[in-house]
Amino acid sequence: MNKRILEMIGGRLAVAILSLFLVSLAVFFITELLPGDTAQELLGQAVTTEAAAQLRETLGLDRPAILRYFEWVFGLLTGDLGYSHVSDRPVASLVAERLPNSLTLAAITMAITIPLALGLGIFAAIWKGSIFDRAISSVAIMLVSFPEFMIATLLVMWLSVYLQWLPALSFIPATADFRTIVLAFIMPVSVLVFGSCSQMIRLSRAAIADAMATPYVEMAMLKGASRSRMVLRHALPNSVAPIVNSVALSMSGLLGGVIIVETVFNYPGLAKLMVDGVTTRDMPLIQTCSMIFCGFYLVLITAADIIAILSNPRLR
Amino acid sequence: MTNHPKNTGDTLVRIEDLRVTATTDSGRKIEILKGINFDVRRGEVLALIGESGSGKTTIALSLLAYARSGCHFSGGRVLLDGVDLIALDEGSRQKLRGNKVSYVPQSAAASFNPSKKIMDQVVEVAEIHGILDKAAARTKAIGLFRALSLPSPETIGNRYPHQVSGGQLQRLAAAMALLGDPELVVFDEPTTALDVTTQIEVLKAFKSAILDRGMTGVYVSHDLAVVAQISDRIIVLKDGEVQEAGETEQIVGAPAHPYTQALIAAFEPVEAEAAGSRPASTAVLEMRDVIAGYGNVKSDGKPHIIAVDSVSLTLQRGHSLGVIGESGCGKSTLLRVAAGLLPAASGSCILDGNTLRPQVSARSKDELRKMQIVFQLADTALNPAQTVGNIIGRPLTFYHGMRGAEREKRVIELLDMVRMPAQFRHRLPRELSGGQRQRVNLARALAAKPDVLLCDEITSALDTVVAAKVLELLKELQRELHLSYLFVSHDIHTVQSLCDEVMVMFGGRKLETFAAADLHAEARHPYTKLLASSLPTLDPTWLDNLQQDPELVRKFAHA
Repeated sequence: MNKRILEMIGGRLAVAILSLFLVSLAVFFITELLPGDTAQELLGQAVTTEAAAQLRETLGLDRPAILRYFEWVFGLLTGDLGYSHVSDRPVASLVAERLPNSLTLAAITMAITIPLALGLGIFAAIWKGSIFDRAISSVAIMLVSFPEFMIATLLVMWLSVYLQWLPALSFIPATADFRTIVLAFIMPVSVLVFGSCSQMIRLSRAAIADAMATPYVEMAMLKGASRSRMVLRHALPNSVAPIVNSVALSMSGLLGGVIIVETVFNYPGLAKLMVDGVTTRDMPLIQTCSMIFCGFYLVLITAADIIAILSNPRLR
Repeated sequence: MTNHPKNTGDTLVRIEDLRVTATTDSGRKIEILKGINFDVRRGEVLALIGESGSGKTTIALSLLAYARSGCHFSGGRVLLDGVDLIALDEGSRQKLRGNKVSYVPQSAAASFNPSKKIMDQVVEVAEIHGILDKAAARTKAIGLFRALSLPSPETIGNRYPHQVSGGQLQRLAAAMALLGDPELVVFDEPTTALDVTTQIEVLKAFKSAILDRGMTGVYVSHDLAVVAQISDRIIVLKDGEVQEAGETEQIVGAPAHPYTQALIAAFEPVEAEAAGSRPASTAVLEMRDVIAGYGNVKSDGKPHIIAVDSVSLTLQRGHSLGVIGESGCGKSTLLRVAAGLLPAASGSCILDGNTLRPQVSARSKDELRKMQIVFQLADTALNPAQTVGNIIGRPLTFYHGMRGAEREKRVIELLDMVRMPAQFRHRLPRELSGGQRQRVNLARALAAKPDVLLCDEITSALDTVVAAKVLELLKELQRELHLSYLFVSHDIHTVQSLCDEVMVMFGGRKLETFAAADLHAEARHPYTKLLASSLPTLDPTWLDNLQQDPELVRKFAHA
């Protein structure tokens, strides 16, 4: 039995690694297709073709793409993330500066979203058909149909411009006190929570509602179980797989939200770094950031798969 | 107990003018119980018998103060020990369920939570109601497992539901129901989903548990013969009304109501008048040394899991060959191989002298036309979005290129052939009864003008009376159209009444083939005898007098 679990988990990991490899191919060659390159961006529009060619040779950009791809992948594997010619610093140091900011933002968001969304979803399922359930479901649908940039813009207009309660930008100076930090985080975190919460509420409610319709939950009811016991002891353990998947999906949706939120609030995170990299055609930076985002996504999905496998009693 | 009705006990349950109304999706209200009255005396087992839609399960659940979603109590009283359950609030109902009244479900396999260990679910009743502490509850559960003759009673509770067999799960569900020492136990078709050989073990275990404890029970079933073994009194239900109520001996021996008489008549097997006596004919379908199964093909050319192992058969033109066996014996797989739905790993399938390609996609249109399959569940085999006319019309267009008025005319003929009025062609499958749907399913297969019909348990999901009519129809069609049937069933009576020859399968292998009339001959394989002897009869003493070789049962029953 356990051998089979290990085999299945090994299989999932192998697929994840293969996907990461394919993603690296896609990332590298799609960024190659972007118009313009680092040389042109560094020298400006008015530069002569000869000067650009010379710089390309210095930077090694004239060599075949396939060769540069393997150099890049080998670099990634050995921990060398490349060199950003635009900012004249190693990509690793740029990332190291920004990654903790993004992780903080993501961690705060997850810490709020997961308990909030699962709690609301489970209670909506327990009181299915009640006013609470209907209110939660309608709000969730409303939120899911609002794009994040719109929520972000509306919040800025209302809380920063109109009421002037919160700073519009989330730049945190090194000397900031705790209150400043909290105020700076309120809006970006709210936008991300709104964006990722609604799907999770809807999916966890649906997963539990499905399990509630099964004969074994009816049996529990006929043994005298209360409604919360039916949900928590009988329906929930059988809904782990779909719920974990919905959490992973919502969390990966967070990645897209982060790009918008960091841009709108000028938050110094990894996504903002990447967006800046695109405007300056800083290829090594874009490629590395993309790989970090994809890696994060794959870790989430693979972890969800593995938890789903472990939660299946037939495999125990 | 069964044969000595006790009139001494006082009344435990009194149901007075019970009405339950269902609201359909379209908002229409249908009364599914139309004023039910009866009593259950302490210490007796009362059976509720009826076909699907008779309201028997609704009554059973009302004893637990529960109406399924979409239904509500619209009138009457359900008195347990003088307390009206319908008038109770939800909290008081919860205190009662599992504690004073408990429930044994039809499908224990579906009613056990797949992700929790069996013991935890069995003792949950004690936990919910605070009857016993955990250790005492476990000890009591193990005692019940032993009383219900479950194997390794000390450890079986540590398993997950998928790790024990269907017959064991059904007994574990009974243990779960008995743990709280309820005053009333409701059995809801608890052996219907089991194989006949398994059913006997479970029935025996139930009966001795009932006798030992002097239990009061309500036993719901569609099977009169099962009920005759276990109940003191029987109430016959139809369309939400009581038709007849009486002592078991009276109901099965001298039924007064015409409906009860019809039920009993449908139960008595009709011996095929022509069975075995028809002249031999030419072979229309032959299968030779078929090996088939599931999973990857291993190096020796055999599939990973073998479902059908070296089976050969010959179906003669205009004859019927019945294939019987219990769940997992490979009988349905054999049919799928013949139809090409599951290509055989080796062996051949010869139709009308031509060897067929193993997979359905490689067979010619004419080969497909000659052999049609009829599935067990017409509910799922018929496209819910198509009208009956379209369902029957499509094969007409596909095989015979019929369109327009010609097709319409033929659809009406086919409906007439299965004894359905022409205007039914405008209906959708959900607007038909179970028996009507199975007729449409049959008409669709007949539309191709086949020589051979492959029938997969086509009467198993139908009520006895309806199934008897469908069997009658099959016989008439065979005479009129000179059809040949390969008829798969788990029910030895059905096969015996329809078929010329019977083939018995066990564990993927063919055990023997014989003329249907020779079923009770001395030369039969021991397993065939076991199958034949395991089918309950209307005689209330049948179970008590049943003698079976324990060695044989151990070898063949999967209890």
